Amino acid sequence: MNSTITIQAVYTSLEQVMDPEIPVLNVLELGMITDVIMEEEYLLIKMIPTFAACPAVEVIKTNIRTTLEKDLQIPVKVSVDKEVQWNSNRLTAIAKEKLQNFGIAAPQKHEGDVEIDMIMHTNCPHCGSENTYLRSPFGSTLCRAIHFCKHCGMMFEQFKPLS
Amino acid sequence: MLLNQLIKELITKMGDDELILGHRNSEWTGLGPVMEEDIAFSSMAQDKIGHSWALYRILHEELGGEDPDQFAFMRSEKDFKCCHLTEMPIGSYDFSLMRHFLFDHAETVRYNSMLQSSFLPLQQLARKVRGELKYHTLHADAWIMQLCRAGEESYLKMQTALDNCFQLACGIFEAGPDDKQLAAENVYPGEEALYEQWIEAIYPVLVKASLNMPERKQPVYGGRYGKHTAYLQPLLNEMGEVFRLNPEATW
Repeated sequence: MNSTITIQAVYTSLEQVMDPEIPVLNVLELGMITDVIMEEEYLLIKMIPTFAACPAVEVIKTNIRTTLEKDLQIPVKVSVDKEVQWNSNRLTAIAKEKLQNFGIAAPQKHEGDVEIDMIMHTNCPHCGSENTYLRSPFGSTLCRAIHFCKHCGMMFEQFKPLS
Repeated sequence: MLLNQLIKELITKMGDDELILGHRNSEWTGLGPVMEEDIAFSSMAQDKIGHSWALYRILHEELGGEDPDQFAFMRSEKDFKCCHLTEMPIGSYDFSLMRHFLFDHAETVRYNSMLQSSFLPLQQLARKVRGELKYHTLHADAWIMQLCRAGEESYLKMQTALDNCFQLACGIFEAGPDDKQLAAENVYPGEEALYEQWIEAIYPVLVKASLNMPERKQPVYGGRYGKHTAYLQPLLNEMGEVFRLNPEATW
């Protein structure tokens, strides 16, 4: 095993692995990585899906493995961490900013439980208005809801707050 | 009976409910009365089938069960333990919406009861699923209320749908012979306890919607013991058709 690989190099490489459904965010920004462990024979990456039924999990796992193996030239294994459950507070501040710029409203920070009121009201990512309503709690992917802004007249998507 | 065997049966019926209702929900794809509902039922289908996959994975990884795909697609009808509510055809939108309302509240109380389960894999899954289910019940509650306030014809359709679904929905809570042992071992509180929590969850919504809750007179049982309606076998045929062309294929 190459002993000169640093944890920093692992994280730099992980920054290159983007989410297939929201290609402006990488797996670190999404808070999907729960552990990086240097085993004797390989590097182990533990990750968690955003939603239990996320159809992109296998693709993301493969992308993590192939990207890291290419960058670091060592065998990599990726496993789903069952001890940690993803929630939307795991999105980093940078991720939320990128989402907004991408036209998707970021999830509000919650205190362990997502109240109905939070689900119903979110600011428009285009004009910032609070004058919006929840059009449907389901959108183009499992992690998105559809809202409508009464101020600028735009339909927009939100990355759902999830506890 | 060994506790692990009882847990296997519990997880099987949970997973089968989610797989079959997930498949039924997916039948709305392309047919929803409005675009948002098409997307909602398709998304809920995806969630449900994902949850059944997670449950079958627990059987496979923790309890010596089969490969999840094999388990889902190769079993015979009598080995399925889903309740009759989930098997019924989608019918009209009012029926499907009411079924979704009654089932998703039942699912929510079930997973909530497992947040402290002594069986760790179920506890972990419950923590994951419960946040997602909020969106399902929010969706169901909002539409039930909206349609009950949309004039007489609409209201009557919803009341009829409730009357048609209620005894079937009570069948979700068909007691297992070993519920007491599962409750004593703190795996989950048993079906009768969940039934009571379910009534507490749905009653306030029904009151707000001015719907009359029927009494539990003839709950439709049998599914948990492998006795099904005539609707299940055709659904299983369709669901597994491609898989069974070559069960060894890698997807």
